[in-house]
Parts: sequence; C-alpha cells; structure tokens
Amino acid sequence: MDTYYHPHDLGKFADMGKGNADLWDKFMAYYGAVFAEGALTAREKALIALGVSHAVQCPYCIDAYTQASLQQGSNIEEMTEVAHVACAIRGGASLVHGVQMRNVAEKLSM
Amino acid sequence: MGQTLVSRQAPLASNRTQLETLARPGSWPRFDERVARAGLLPLEATGIEIFQINVGKFCNQTCRHCHVDAGPERTEQMTRETAELCIRALVRTDIPTVDITGGAPELNANFRWLVQEARALGRHVMDRCNLSVLLVKPQERLAEFLAEQRVEIIASLPYFRPAQADAQRGEGVFEKSVEALRRLNALGYGIEGSGLTLNLVHNPVGAFLPPAQKSIEALFRHELAHSHGITFNNLYTITNMPISRFLEFLLASGNFEGYMERLANAFNPAAARAVMCRNTISVGWDGTLYDCDFNQMLDLPVTAGVPRHIRDFDAASLGRRAIVTANHCYGCTAGAGSSCGGAVA
Repeated sequence: MDTYYHPHDLGKFADMGKGNADLWDKFMAYYGAVFAEGALTAREKALIALGVSHAVQCPYCIDAYTQASLQQGSNIEEMTEVAHVACAIRGGASLVHGVQMRNVAEKLSM
Repeated sequence: MGQTLVSRQAPLASNRTQLETLARPGSWPRFDERVARAGLLPLEATGIEIFQINVGKFCNQTCRHCHVDAGPERTEQMTRETAELCIRALVRTDIPTVDITGGAPELNANFRWLVQEARALGRHVMDRCNLSVLLVKPQERLAEFLAEQRVEIIASLPYFRPAQADAQRGEGVFEKSVEALRRLNALGYGIEGSGLTLNLVHNPVGAFLPPAQKSIEALFRHELAHSHGITFNNLYTITNMPISRFLEFLLASGNFEGYMERLANAFNPAAARAVMCRNTISVGWDGTLYDCDFNQMLDLPVTAGVPRHIRDFDAASLGRRAIVTANHCYGCTAGAGSSCGGAVA
C-alpha cells in the first residue's frame, strides 16, 4: 500500500455493512433522509456537505460532493466560496482560541 | 481547420469507432442486458406521436458537447424534395407533433416552408433553436416568423451564467442567447397567456448527470429574471449523450469510464419504459428513418423489416417497430431519464 487513500475505495464504502449490517442500514437510512429535499433543497445540502468535507478534509467526501454539487446545478464560483467558508470557520476556530492564550498569558504576566 | 470531428478528421468522426468505443467492456453491463434484466424486452415503439425531422448538420455554432458534430463547415442539408416527402408522410397520418432540429434548423433553406406546411396541416411544430441564430443577419425576422406560425421554441441554454454557458457553446454565446431571449420575450414568447411557448434546455456542462428538473428550473427562473429580466415557460433537463464531440471530451479528459459507470448505475426502469424513441420517429437530412436523433448520428437506422426511408413511410409498421439500442442508450435511462422533452420519470 503506497498511500492510505485510493479513489476507488469510495466505491467500497458499502463494505462497511459487512461487519454490522444493522448499524450500516440504520446509518444509510438516516443518511438518505438527511439529504432528501426538505426545508433545505438538495442543492443547498450538497453545498453544505461540500463545505463540511473541506473542514473535515475527507478526500472521498470532497470527490463525492463536488460531483453532487455540480449535478445539483451549482457552479464553480459557488463551490469556491463554500471552500472559503470552510477555511474561514477553521481559521476562525484557531484564531478564537487566541483569546484563551491571551487569558492565560494575562493571568501569568505582570 | 474547423472544430468539428469531421473537419479535423478525428478518429471519432467515424461512427464505427464511436460504436466500438461504446461497446468496450467496462464495469457496466451491455444496455440490452440491463434492459432484459429489468424485464423490459422487447423494447418496442408504442405508436408515433412525434415526427422529428433533422434538416441537417449546418450550424452557426460549434458546441463542445454536440452529438450531431454540427458546425459551420458541415454541408449536409435536407433538400426540398426530401422535405416534401416528410410533408407527404405527415398528410397520411395524424401524428400531432413535428419537431424540427439540426444543426441550426432555421438555416436550412427549406425550414420556413416545412414549418408553414406542417402548420397548415394543423400540426404542433417545435423548433430546436440555439438562440444565437436569431441574431444571424439574414435571419432577422426569424423570431417574428416563428411567432406568426405559433411555433413552440425549445432553446438551448445550458446555464444561467456566461462562464459555464460559453465553456460549452463558445465564447460570447451566452450574451447572444440573452439578447435572443429578450427579443423572444418582447414578441410574447415565454409570457403567460400569450400562447407562445418558450422552453429552455439545460444540459450539464461536464461529465455529470443533470439535476432534478423542477429544482434547476426554479434556479434558472430566479436567476434569469433577477439578472436579465427574462421569463420562460418550462426548463427541460437533457443528459449529455456519450457520443460524438461529448464522447471525445469524455475520452480526452479521462472521464469516459466514470461517466458510463454513472449512467449505468443510475439506470431507471421507469425512465426506460418512458424513453422517447418509443413514441418518436426521427428523419435524417437524407430521408433515412431512425429511432432517435442519437441513433441517427451513429448511423443506426430503424430495424430491418420496416421502412427505412421517408419515401416508404408507413406509420402502422413503424409504430410498432423494435427499437435499436446500444450502450449510448444509458444516457436516456439514467436517473429521471432524458428526452427531447426533458426528464421522463
């Protein structure tokens, strides 16, 4: 194995059902329900999923939800903004911890 | 050198090469096997409701995905004699809809005659329009002619933003399309209550399937109204067929296997049951009869044993013919299905 990630492994996702079919079926039923058209459109949900995919840095998810977003009618400009939203939240999450750093530093410093 | 496969003498200019490519073994079953597994054999016509005439391959555009390999340098054009044979065939039937396509069908010298004759027979006429043709100089009153004849316009507009639309249809085509749509709206096309129908066609700008028709229609309606003040009646989604220039794109971009797999995995028996070839007959520029415009481009005429030329047209036998299929047919049966009238399932 030269790398942990292989694109064709995405197609083997259903193999996760082999160890515990019950949990897999429940997960997939939930997953399907989550992405069904609801108060949010399927297109909006695909874009959110794309943003989360970047935030959790899952290459399988990025591949799948790039395709899904295009297929739902989104465009590259929207998808680029989605990546920036993920970036801003991740960056912001780091930066906001600076407050904790400052609190500690202030307590220790004269 | 032009941009068509034929003018570039590209390998895929040969229909045989295209069919061989489509028949390559892959992770997907052959289309006829998949149809058999779904219990849909024999796939037969259920009558003829749409008489589709492809008047030729000449076009003012050279779109990257074109299944016709149409372009300005193509010379194949339906003659008046063949157009007359089409009208003669229509006279003998009560087929309600005449669907005229190309190329840019309006650039055929016999287009207006064909429209007038079909309308005089009381048939509903549809024009598959690339929009920019309405701005071509000698065609200035074309939109008015279509309105006078109450022709339904099916206009290609893959996306509501210029970058995506131009990537598929050529630099500056989006802007021309918007101008043409404004002219059509001004004539009443796409305006509620006018009786002039303007339907748009969205097909994906890449190797993926189209979205749900209703959801992308809502997006187009909002974006075109908001950004350009344009209205239309319906939006049809059409899947890109893996033939001709789109097949070339798939192969060159390394997307062929993935796209075929995507189409085959999305095979929908309901879409296969409602597939458009079952109620359509497609007439080629030289009068040859086909099950659909895609088979026409692959040079797959209607099955042996039924009339294969418009001069021998017989609605009864053609209306119950067996459909000729190959792996490209996955394009019409994926997801919600795809036809010249959009999704079918």
